[in-house]
Amino acid sequence: MKTKRQSEIKKTKTPIPRQRMAEQDPKTRIKNFEEVPFGFTEEEAKLEAARCLQCKNPRCVEGCPVQVPIPKFLNLISKGLFLEAAREIRAQNVLPAICGRVCPQEDQCEKLCLLGNRFKPVSIGYLERFAADYERKSGQILISGNNHPLGKKVAVIGSGPASLAAAGDLVRWGYEVTVFEALHEPGGVLTYGIPEFRLPKAIVKAEVEFLQRLGVNFQMDTVVGRTISIEELFQEEGFSAIFIGTGAGLPRFLGIPGENLVGVYSANEYLTRANLMKAYKFPEYDTPVIRGRVVATLGGGNVSIDSARTALRLGAEKSLLLYRRSRDEMPARTDEIEHAEAEGVEFHFLTSPVEILGDSKGRARALRCQKMTLGEPDESGRRRPVPDKESEFDIEADVVIVAIGNDPNKLIPSTTLGLSSQNKGGIVVDPKTGRTSRKNVYAGGDAVTGAATVILAMGAGRKAAEAIHQELSRESKILFP
Amino acid sequence: MRFKILKKVTLSDSTFWLKVEAARIAKKCRPGQFVIIRLNDTGERIPLTIVDRDLSEGSIALYVKIAGKTTALLGSKSAGDEILDVAGPLGTPSPLENYGTAVCVGGGIGVAAIYPIAKGLKEAGNRVIGLIGADRAQHCILEEEMRGVCDKLLIATDDGSKGHRGFVTELLKNLIDSGEKIDYVIAIGPLPMMKAAANVTKPSGIKTSVSLNPIMVDGSGMCGGCRVSVGGETKFACVDGPEFDGHKVDFEGLSRRLAAYRDYEEAATNSCRSIPR
Repeated sequence: MKTKRQSEIKKTKTPIPRQRMAEQDPKTRIKNFEEVPFGFTEEEAKLEAARCLQCKNPRCVEGCPVQVPIPKFLNLISKGLFLEAAREIRAQNVLPAICGRVCPQEDQCEKLCLLGNRFKPVSIGYLERFAADYERKSGQILISGNNHPLGKKVAVIGSGPASLAAAGDLVRWGYEVTVFEALHEPGGVLTYGIPEFRLPKAIVKAEVEFLQRLGVNFQMDTVVGRTISIEELFQEEGFSAIFIGTGAGLPRFLGIPGENLVGVYSANEYLTRANLMKAYKFPEYDTPVIRGRVVATLGGGNVSIDSARTALRLGAEKSLLLYRRSRDEMPARTDEIEHAEAEGVEFHFLTSPVEILGDSKGRARALRCQKMTLGEPDESGRRRPVPDKESEFDIEADVVIVAIGNDPNKLIPSTTLGLSSQNKGGIVVDPKTGRTSRKNVYAGGDAVTGAATVILAMGAGRKAAEAIHQELSRESKILFP
Repeated sequence: MRFKILKKVTLSDSTFWLKVEAARIAKKCRPGQFVIIRLNDTGERIPLTIVDRDLSEGSIALYVKIAGKTTALLGSKSAGDEILDVAGPLGTPSPLENYGTAVCVGGGIGVAAIYPIAKGLKEAGNRVIGLIGADRAQHCILEEEMRGVCDKLLIATDDGSKGHRGFVTELLKNLIDSGEKIDYVIAIGPLPMMKAAANVTKPSGIKTSVSLNPIMVDGSGMCGGCRVSVGGETKFACVDGPEFDGHKVDFEGLSRRLAAYRDYEEAATNSCRSIPR
């Protein structure tokens, strides 16, 4: 096996280097909210795609939660068949322009790329993004609508990645799909959470419009569990099945003194104000966000990086990121860590706050922190941070953003009879099908797992869609033999 | 989605009420719940208490005091206009138990929020005493409606132009001092008034609820901007509330958080005014 792999690598005698995407200069980009990388040119894309070894047993595909046929689409790009490449991706992944930008490729497809053994792996993410952008800009998104409506209604709750993926499959199979969203804009975390400079909202909008053209109906301002219950969706609105993709929207706090001071935000609130409510365009937009002089963000994930980079763009003199472990344990995407470093985000590793200190007006002014050392690995496999109690010191900050994770919102489990959920709110499902404890109710994505990734949520949405299709087809056969 | 304004009634120079078409919300809402509204694409999301509903018409009633840019803009709308977004009913409904004698204290626009609760408490079998206050007689709202659901109604105005001259919380204190047996108090109004009401009932240990109206964004538990310390525990007013035990709420912390954007609000209102025609 090993010799075979090596022989495949040897085919590339004069290896083409991994192509880099041109991007906005860090000094310029921290003054705007526009997207950082510009994307590949056609020539760069062809060159990069040609690096693919076209392995017979492509391991990259195994690393992809939705099994995008990677070598196939890379081959099409290398031949300049960009639209064909996009369609090849879209058959497995309904949100390619989004996944190309936000997937943790280095832990998935690119991690397993054979080229990575000796050189750098193929830029699969950048190429996915390229193909999807090419397709969108060409205006030639292929709409393969279903000509055989099945006459059955499926409700999809929430409009984030899990829901969009489920809705996309269900509508193509002929179901009448209605997506219910609590907020005034569709997209879930893609809209309220991920900043414009990392995922332009025009792209999310284009993906939603694509689903609308397929026939998906979006109903905003509908808080399922409050505006209408699961029970009523079945009994009164005539839905045959329901998919719950409500994500993990309940912010965790540290539980330390000073957390309710003015200037302390959950990352959800900070990012929602900035992204969904466009606080960076205040006062053109009504919603403000406190523009700190020194902003300290707590946490080491993508949400934390997004917050710290947003703070710079909102005019912070200093944007600090405090993480209780070291750089190696950061769960954030490598690209984003590097972007944040280039932009001047100051990283304070092995640092954990114990208190937020306020001024006489009740506004945050500093963080009291402890130094940590790394002990034995914990259940996540990362080395557990151990506090050094003697090491307290203060860091000045007038805005503090708590980005230490989210749990699923309990609204639907708490208002739905017979729907089992865990203590932290995650809906209990059969992982193979997304089936919950209630008949014809399915769930997937962060609403089940707690905060994870866009692509895992999409994968779960697609699995549930398939299970819904099987179940409803079976019911039809029983009714109409 | 768009929600049609079916009726608008001006109550005073700074207060008005609206009937808004929202059939699903009307069907589901219970006393104590609220909606979040947004008026236009650049608008903010603000919470407003649901005061009444009309099931046959599928509408809800909202009482509004002009306090900033959004409420002022809403005040400029008339019947036939639309509100871009109305989401709800949000929050945990008021627990309408039969306590015995329940006192409903409302101050200013808070009278609108106390009215459906007074009505609900009456329907639950309580003897209901209503205490309502305003700065002056013209700003006293829903008096007849309150009289209709209360066994006894007392009014206070700051300038004495109607009823007792002074604060509505003084009426509450007088009531307690007179030896009236009170089993439950709910107070809704400006923060200092709710704090004062909780202070008045504390010595006698009367169960006292207050309904908080902190700054919110989504209103469904996602942002945590509405968090408030209650008995040392952090609660989200939008999902855990808006009603909490008045004896346990950290009013100081809440009042500071309510003022967090004061400078920005001025900027927003001014820029609105300075937009050239």
